[in-house]
Amino acid sequence: MEPDPKEAEFFRRLDADESIEPKDWFPERYRKQLIRMMSQHAHSEIVGMLPEGNWITRAPTFRRKIGLLAKVQDEAGHGLYLYSAAETLGISRDEMYQQLLQGQAKYSHIFNYPTLSWADIGMIGWLVDGAAIINQTMLAKCSYGPYARAMVRICKEENFHKKQGMEIVGTLMAGTPEQRRMAQEAFDRWWWPTLMMFGVPDQASPNSAELTRFKIKRKSNDELRQRYIDMKVAQAHAFGLVVPDPDLKFDDATGHWRIGPIDWNEFYRVLQGAGPCNRERLEARRQAYADGAWVREAAAAFEKKRRQKEETAA
Amino acid sequence: MSSAPPARADGDFTELFEVFVQEKAGEAHQHVGSVRAAGPSLALQHARDVYARRSSPASIWVVPTAAITATVDADIASFFEPAADKAYRHPQFYRVPKDTPEES
Repeated sequence: MEPDPKEAEFFRRLDADESIEPKDWFPERYRKQLIRMMSQHAHSEIVGMLPEGNWITRAPTFRRKIGLLAKVQDEAGHGLYLYSAAETLGISRDEMYQQLLQGQAKYSHIFNYPTLSWADIGMIGWLVDGAAIINQTMLAKCSYGPYARAMVRICKEENFHKKQGMEIVGTLMAGTPEQRRMAQEAFDRWWWPTLMMFGVPDQASPNSAELTRFKIKRKSNDELRQRYIDMKVAQAHAFGLVVPDPDLKFDDATGHWRIGPIDWNEFYRVLQGAGPCNRERLEARRQAYADGAWVREAAAAFEKKRRQKEETAA
Repeated sequence: MSSAPPARADGDFTELFEVFVQEKAGEAHQHVGSVRAAGPSLALQHARDVYARRSSPASIWVVPTAAITATVDADIASFFEPAADKAYRHPQFYRVPKDTPEES
């Protein structure tokens, strides 16, 4: 069979590290994989507002409150960057959003864990956003132009998120024994789930090979995870936190920290809907969508009137 | 003239707008991304909330995505071809006598 010249040209451009733009020809699988990934990523930003939103009214100081408000607002913005970047692939935001509300779309498993104490807000900024930055720094070099550009913008803003988290953790660890205990407990709960954020090892991942071939992914899940481990273990020790892993040891030969086995069953369980907060998260999104109906109707009425005026004037 | 697409049957009047931000007065407006909104004035407000949360730009433009006419891939070679063989449009093409003093 003759190779499709359009497809050959597409892979030639990938090989040359050229950016693929919406008007270019690309295989249907490329479009499908990008829509899946970008919409999941957008949903994660939107659902990700909920665990932190939980603490806005109870932030311990005004400084913490304005920081957290700005961070949650950024996440709404990141969701919008990503939805509009995904719209360049010919799917509407409405369609993607309905998939989320109807429970057909996935989002990062990490947002199905609860925020039980104020220390969890520190852990989310330091660990969850720290992990997200590693992933997104890679995606900022992905082959699809609109996705890569959205990532560049997001990465710049995520650094503030990570630093406000580190300030919270640092403050708690320099505080009273109760504050230190609260931080350690939160660390114990978030450490393992954040290691799962990079996904299952590549040989077990159904999408990794294709995503790598399309240059959407440029590093393996395990490679990114190791980078995260090395950075976070060093930071945890500097904070005075104990990493909740009896098998953790430093490998002198490679210069890397080695961890014990990850409980992937927990990951699958949470991903498939049985995490502590899956039901609550989706219900909160559905409620927000229902509560916002009047805003959408008012905007539509406003635009309808504007177009009528424009037509009468013409 | 009305370039807005017809509303969908379910009464959704939103459409996609491309956003251009001018960071400082005097600079060029640069494309930064897009927003979906019901009409241009709401698109401007969304663009401010989404793309100008930190900086205070000099100005923002929003343009309906549907209003943009772009080059087509298949035509690109012939479309831009005339530029390639016109070296005489660049200063490097011209020779000035060696002992002419440089301009400062």
